[in-house]
Amino acid sequence: MKRTHHPLRMALGPYLPILLIVLFAIGPYLWTFISSITPETDLYRAEFRFFPEHPTGENYTRLFTKLDFTSNILDSLLVALFTALLGLGITVPASYSFSRFKFKGRNPLLMQFLIINMFPIMLLIVPLFVMMRVVGIMDTHFALIIAYSTFTIPFSTWMLTSFFNAIPIDLDKAAQIDGCSRIGALVRIIIPVAMPGIVSTGIYIFITAWNEYLYAAILTSSKIRTIPIALQNMIGEFRIEWGLLTAGGIISALPVIILFFFIQKQLITGMTAGAVKG
Amino acid sequence: MGQTPLRKKRDLLPYALVTPALAITIAIIFLPMFQTITYSFSQYILYKPQEKGFIGFENYKAALSDPLFASSLLHTFVWIVSIIVFQFLLGFTTALLLNRRFAGRGIARSLILVPWVTPSVITALMWRWMYDGNHGLINQLLAKFGLIKEFIPFLAQTSTAMGSIIVALIWQGFPFFAIMLLAGLQAIPDELYEAAEIDGATKSQRFFNVTIPMLKPVILTTILLRTIWVANSLDIILIMTGGGPGYSTYTLPVYSYIKAYKGMDFGYSSTIAVLLTILLMIIVTGYVRNILKSQED
Repeated sequence: MKRTHHPLRMALGPYLPILLIVLFAIGPYLWTFISSITPETDLYRAEFRFFPEHPTGENYTRLFTKLDFTSNILDSLLVALFTALLGLGITVPASYSFSRFKFKGRNPLLMQFLIINMFPIMLLIVPLFVMMRVVGIMDTHFALIIAYSTFTIPFSTWMLTSFFNAIPIDLDKAAQIDGCSRIGALVRIIIPVAMPGIVSTGIYIFITAWNEYLYAAILTSSKIRTIPIALQNMIGEFRIEWGLLTAGGIISALPVIILFFFIQKQLITGMTAGAVKG
Repeated sequence: MGQTPLRKKRDLLPYALVTPALAITIAIIFLPMFQTITYSFSQYILYKPQEKGFIGFENYKAALSDPLFASSLLHTFVWIVSIIVFQFLLGFTTALLLNRRFAGRGIARSLILVPWVTPSVITALMWRWMYDGNHGLINQLLAKFGLIKEFIPFLAQTSTAMGSIIVALIWQGFPFFAIMLLAGLQAIPDELYEAAEIDGATKSQRFFNVTIPMLKPVILTTILLRTIWVANSLDIILIMTGGGPGYSTYTLPVYSYIKAYKGMDFGYSSTIAVLLTILLMIIVTGYVRNILKSQED
């Protein structure tokens, strides 16, 4: 199709509306960032200004010196990393099986992973709380890793099956002709080929675990404090230190956004594959 | 997948590979789920262990005559419908714009996705700060342009609290619609548009007779996925208002959470969770059945 690309039409066409939508999307971040480099006292001045007269990094310094933000970051990192590793370790073989074999019960099993994706968190959180109290793993990294697996395992199975389906089955056959066992074909041929998809799924699990708040609020209290909980705790009863909070928000959102930029293409391919075809 | 050569008779390997995933799912999803169903028929308040026991449908009866349950249910509907409608409209507009060729399209697409990966806690805090009744950006801007004389305590008055949270959630979720619909748009073959153009179809005719029908499956699937997600989401409400002021931002998940977390009433909390799940199941099966029906026609 040929379209005329008159500059004025382009401005009214995609540019102006796109600019407005982009501004809506990142506006809150820009404001959060500006707030985070504004001296605390300036935030509450009656006279309003967009940008601080004297930008400062004091909110960021206070975050790490006065508060124990480093240990919050470590807690989040540990939980997110091991949730991703556990999730992949369990769902790579399962998804391979769903993608490559036809066996009795395959469809209902695969269906089951889709259905449990839609269970409300409130359906699981109370019994998990009771269970973890009985087993004695409350307030540990392990408790969160288990809890996060309730949503990462179904999601990851679904994603990885779609990635494996995209790899031609001839590749498995060729490997077997070359003398690989079926497990050997998975480990030596299929996993390397599927690596971009596997890494993207792993990063996505990492992101969701890093972002999670509800389970952490219920299953941890004093020993483990992930970033979302630490930020929530900064909201005092009477007064909120917005300088600190916005600085903490920027620091915790930044790694996630950067990671996401690396995987967005893979992730979107995996997620839209089913919907677009269906 | 048709004939698969990887299968032998009475092969145990496929089962062995899915067993760990299945075992974990049973242990941490299905067992807890049945536990919740059991709790929903029980009197179970954490600090009253001596009163714990089976009480039949008492919790369900209580829910049906509980005005707070009724208003939470109503809020849940308002919540789902308004968020989905606006996320769809904004997401669809974004997708149509991004589907055109222009300089900087890649960057625009990446930036638009940012809200979607933003942690819920950060989303809630950012918006709470912008809505602040004393120093918030939105009030400052409205005052600067002379649109308001007095600052509005957006999250602290019942008339504006729900709407304000809904805007924050629209912000967080519209990129998902945008990317799904964009992928759908890009999958529509150009020949269809060319054929329509040759037949003399106008721009709007092409939109309603080619784009919309071709995009329908993606639209329906995306709405379904989002509805489930929005219906279950409660962290943003909890952090922005905690259900208040009064009970004006109570949805069913929020009510269930507060009952469990603050009231330690695990029995009633579970009943609300089960009712929410049943409600969702009814919506989902009805919806899916309608999709299948419309595809047969």
